[in-house]
Amino acid sequence: MNADKNTSAKLFEGWEAVIGLEIHVQLNTRTKMFCSCDVTFGEPPNTKVCPICLGHPGVLPVTNEKAVEYATKIALALNCSVAERTIFHRKNYFYPDLPKAYQISQYDLPLGLAGHLDVELDDGSEFRVGITRVHIEEDAGKLVHAGASGRINGADYSLADFNRGGTPLVEIVTEPDIRTPDQARAFLTQLRSLVQCLDVSDVNMEEGSLRCDANVSLRQPGEPLGTKTELKNMNSFRFLQRGLEAEIERQIDCLERGEKVIQSTVHFDPDSGTVSCLRSKEEAHDYRYFPEPDLAPIELDLSYVERVRASLPELPAARKERLVADYGLSAKDAVTLAGNKGLSDYFETLASATGDARISANWVLGELSGYLNAAGLDVSQSVVEAPGLAELIGLVTDGTLSGKMAKEVFEAMVTSGKDAKSIVADKGLGQISDLGELDSIVLQVIEANPGPAEQFRQGNQKVVGFFVGQVMKETKGQANPQMVNDLLKKHLA
Amino acid sequence: MAINVQGLTAHACRDLLASREVSSTELTQAYLDRIDEVDGRIQAYLLVDREGALEAAAAVDAKAPDQRKPWEGVPIALKDVLCTKGLETTCASRILKGYVPPYDATVVAKLRQAGLVFLGKLNMDEFAMGSSTENSAYQVTRNPWDCDRVPGGSSGGSAACVAASEAPWALGTDTGGSIRQPASFCGVTGLKPTYGAVSRYGLIAFASSLDQIGPLTRNTKDAAALLDLIAGRDPLDSTSTGLNEPAGIPTRGDLEGLRFGVVSELTGEACDPGVREVFQSAVDAIESVGGVCEPVSLPSVERGVAAYYLIAPSEASSNLARFDGVRYGHRSKHAEDLYEMYIHTRSEGFGAEVKRRIMIGTYALSAGYYDAYYAQAQRTRTLIIKDFEEVFRRFDYVISPTAPSVAFKIGEKVSDPLAMYLNDLCTIPVSLAALPGISIPAGFSAGMPVGLQIVGPHFSEHGILNAAHAVEQRLALDLVPPLEEVCG
Repeated sequence: MNADKNTSAKLFEGWEAVIGLEIHVQLNTRTKMFCSCDVTFGEPPNTKVCPICLGHPGVLPVTNEKAVEYATKIALALNCSVAERTIFHRKNYFYPDLPKAYQISQYDLPLGLAGHLDVELDDGSEFRVGITRVHIEEDAGKLVHAGASGRINGADYSLADFNRGGTPLVEIVTEPDIRTPDQARAFLTQLRSLVQCLDVSDVNMEEGSLRCDANVSLRQPGEPLGTKTELKNMNSFRFLQRGLEAEIERQIDCLERGEKVIQSTVHFDPDSGTVSCLRSKEEAHDYRYFPEPDLAPIELDLSYVERVRASLPELPAARKERLVADYGLSAKDAVTLAGNKGLSDYFETLASATGDARISANWVLGELSGYLNAAGLDVSQSVVEAPGLAELIGLVTDGTLSGKMAKEVFEAMVTSGKDAKSIVADKGLGQISDLGELDSIVLQVIEANPGPAEQFRQGNQKVVGFFVGQVMKETKGQANPQMVNDLLKKHLA
Repeated sequence: MAINVQGLTAHACRDLLASREVSSTELTQAYLDRIDEVDGRIQAYLLVDREGALEAAAAVDAKAPDQRKPWEGVPIALKDVLCTKGLETTCASRILKGYVPPYDATVVAKLRQAGLVFLGKLNMDEFAMGSSTENSAYQVTRNPWDCDRVPGGSSGGSAACVAASEAPWALGTDTGGSIRQPASFCGVTGLKPTYGAVSRYGLIAFASSLDQIGPLTRNTKDAAALLDLIAGRDPLDSTSTGLNEPAGIPTRGDLEGLRFGVVSELTGEACDPGVREVFQSAVDAIESVGGVCEPVSLPSVERGVAAYYLIAPSEASSNLARFDGVRYGHRSKHAEDLYEMYIHTRSEGFGAEVKRRIMIGTYALSAGYYDAYYAQAQRTRTLIIKDFEEVFRRFDYVISPTAPSVAFKIGEKVSDPLAMYLNDLCTIPVSLAALPGISIPAGFSAGMPVGLQIVGPHFSEHGILNAAHAVEQRLALDLVPPLEEVCG
């Protein structure tokens, strides 16, 4: 957060950052973009390959229709217009991870154009990021550079793994509408929620199914755009923010020294938190794009687009509105829940089971999220499912458990996998709410402590606390506190 | 029994097998013997798969005949641009020396399924780039009508092999004339199907929007039969459509009621006098069996060669980029780093013509030149397509000589690429318009064969083959080259 404040400080010194993002989303189709190999992660090298994705002589691509459908979903969810006719282009360049020496991608006729995403910040304010385009392409393979650095420079040799080669990707390019690293992070977080909600990608930055590059330039507010750099290698939300901060600072330092920013690719090093220029864009490739002659154009007629639109789930923005309206949640809680489809589904099931949205939201955003985050689990992997948690909440409502005890039971549920009632029974945790039983305990305690009882009668109200403590000690903390209080006041008076 | 394979058609082979007079093993052995006898002179084969062929033939002989597979046991040879699983496929290039494909091209799989016996892989211009087969990295194939002359190209090995009866028939590929021109030069029948009629899966790409696989045969009946064996929509090739109707067996003997447009731009000064003479005799033959021939102008075809030599190299520059030494084929031993590996591998692996076209194509697609070259060529292509559409409103077919000359001398044009390119003047516009075209022998000029090209609307293969059949019957040429005299 410190770095953030520094940047903000510098930004207020008269500089404005202009940021556009290029996001790659790996689609979770069963098979690859242009062949029938499985899309996988973490398999042994070169086991999910075939002549087509290895670029053998004579092979031809065939478009994965599911990938087109998924890309259409993303385009529609981002409010893009979907092209009636879209074509693939070849992007030509040599690299050992690119078997055909061209990437089948899209160029001047992308699938989706001119959309936007409205992003809500923590303070409740909203800003709109324009979406320039959404297009489909294929992923490259992966190179493993053997040698100390792990980078290609200085490597002894490099190994190529083509398992990832040909995986369907959707590239999303934003307009340069982002002004701060905070906004960039908020945008990407909410974009991820959106794609997650569509269930078309795992959108996992660490595993590379969500990748983000940034174009960054600086200017004095109101001035024309400055020279931009392309910032790469930010493979987490935190690194996106830190990378942007570092690059903005580097550019400000550069400009304040009276130097020019050189158009280049900048690499973020997460270990040092610094950025370094890779290569000048002047030597950039001429990709010699031309229409891919091996593939027919994709015709997406209106009825197709409408069918896909109709199949879209409730998107986070709409869900947030509904959570506020139907459950009376705060905007902040609603945004958090709506951003996670699984969690908000969980919440809604829970709220309808318990009949109390407030308490349900507190449990989901409190204990449940705490446990999931600590264990690094997705809500779908939670040991405690919504009906089980509803039962636990029911035990609080009917007075069997205190709030504090319920949290302990929840922990026990998580570790043991047992349901709330069996844990309460096993541990004898049920709250003592039997009036007769409590009454006799209270009388015993008063009798055993004549001194404090006398103090109360002389007007010292504070000793009630002492008596409550004694009762709790007798009952191992299981007495219903409200009832104990009432009984003490009655018998001490 | 001793089989004389000289002049034997595939249909004749089939009849011999069906009559049980000869076994597939005997027939296959007879062709292998013929190859042993003459291929030292013709050099049509890059690879003869004796073992594989005899094994496949023995397998056919060992089982009961299958009525659904009439061509079972009939031998065939394949241009070396078609991937054959387990059998080296080089495209006549050093860069693919030793490359053994892990899969069969769709056409190869279809023929295998139909029980045909593969004799081997045939020579060609490297990556199908050329009109004489002199661009092969391995050998120069001779024209069986005159061994000092080229067989044409790029399917020169296929045409020479069929002409010399080293196989009853063969598959070739045609991008701008690579089936039809060598067929014309070697006195055989060559059909380039409508773009999309035959799957390109496993055809090592030269120019994807133009490449088609087709038959080279001794007559139109064999061409029709082979086309029907290989045509069809293929889920592995998104650009494939198959034929609307099978080619069937052409039987037509007359041309009553058919109108033939004689393309003025391709029949005048553009062609050698000897070729014009033979072509005129073909026109006479068409008219003598009832066809009507009238001159027609196709002004845009004259720009065909220019457009073709931008579009085809552009696509080739991209298609051939995968030969980078990383995964298969040649890799230079003289490289210290990645970029040296690329540069040396490709410098050592590709021949001069391939390099020339990669450079032309790379240039034509470059930023700042794309509109002037590639895009402009595509507009020309559209004009040619429209010109043909217009002509087919008035004519059933258009005809021209297949090539402006007869087969030229080996070495004659190697140092003049432009003269070599102009060889495809008559065939290129047909390829650009994605139309089907056939070349059949129309006669001889000074002892060398001259081809007649018949072109029809998209998917008119059935009609073209029948029209060609009528002309073939009328001309009744003797098409067995006197090999002993000319290539002694």
